[in-house]
Amino acid sequence: MRLEARFKWLPTPFLSLLLFIVWLLLNNSVSTGHILLAVILAIVIPLATSPFRTKQPLIIKPGLALRHLMLVLYDIITANIEVAILILGPTKRLTPGFVKVPLDLTHTMPITILASTVSLTPGTVSAEVYPWHENLKKGEQPEQRFLLIHVLNLTDEQALIDTIKQRYEAPLKEIFQC
Amino acid sequence: MTEWIISILLLIGGSFVLIGSIGLVKMPDFFMRLHGPTKATTLGMAALLTAAIIFFSTSYEGMSVKEVLISLFLLLTAPISAYMMIKSAIHHKLESVERTKGKKNVEDAA
Repeated sequence: MRLEARFKWLPTPFLSLLLFIVWLLLNNSVSTGHILLAVILAIVIPLATSPFRTKQPLIIKPGLALRHLMLVLYDIITANIEVAILILGPTKRLTPGFVKVPLDLTHTMPITILASTVSLTPGTVSAEVYPWHENLKKGEQPEQRFLLIHVLNLTDEQALIDTIKQRYEAPLKEIFQC
Repeated sequence: MTEWIISILLLIGGSFVLIGSIGLVKMPDFFMRLHGPTKATTLGMAALLTAAIIFFSTSYEGMSVKEVLISLFLLLTAPISAYMMIKSAIHHKLESVERTKGKKNVEDAA
């Protein structure tokens, strides 16, 4: 895990890249003026706001991150079709359930990404991450964090936990190296 | 040809958004109702926005990719709003249907 970026003037490289792309998309043009302005904004805004932010792990394997993004997008499409079928089918046959998934991740940024992917993919919505800092005594470290998720149609609890851990959490651990 | 693609995408998007809304009406408790809008609607919107990109790129001058941003922001905000809603539902101790498994896990978290 690495919290500090390679260059001091570029504290969050991927946030800068995102700002650059968002600016160009907002203006819907790739003219020289807009590219120049986007570069300036992408450097100045992260620098100006970095004192307000808590340091988060940086993406160390961008190639893997891109591949994981593709996998998640594919899963969103298949999960959507699955949920659509479940919604249209008979409601009485659905067996909803709450499942807690033990987390290996420790930092807020990777946990947020995991919770969001879980919400967007296989028939699950993440409900709670616990225990959280505010609920613990001062200086106490949580031994094990859990992600509480609500499943629309729970068939095999252990299989679901394994899927989430292997398919979504393991790549995140490798991307952030934590 | 492009008209066909646009129409098919619009139909797919429209049906997914419709299915999401049907889920809102049909499901028996709050937690199950959340699944429709977070998932089905996201894909529906993505399909509608792709149709918009193709339509504006082919009918007026120049490319139009602003719609990608809408999809991006939807993908970022949909899980977070769902999370906020389900979190407050847990703190208000909303009832879930009888057959819900693992209710004990919720008490651990609250």
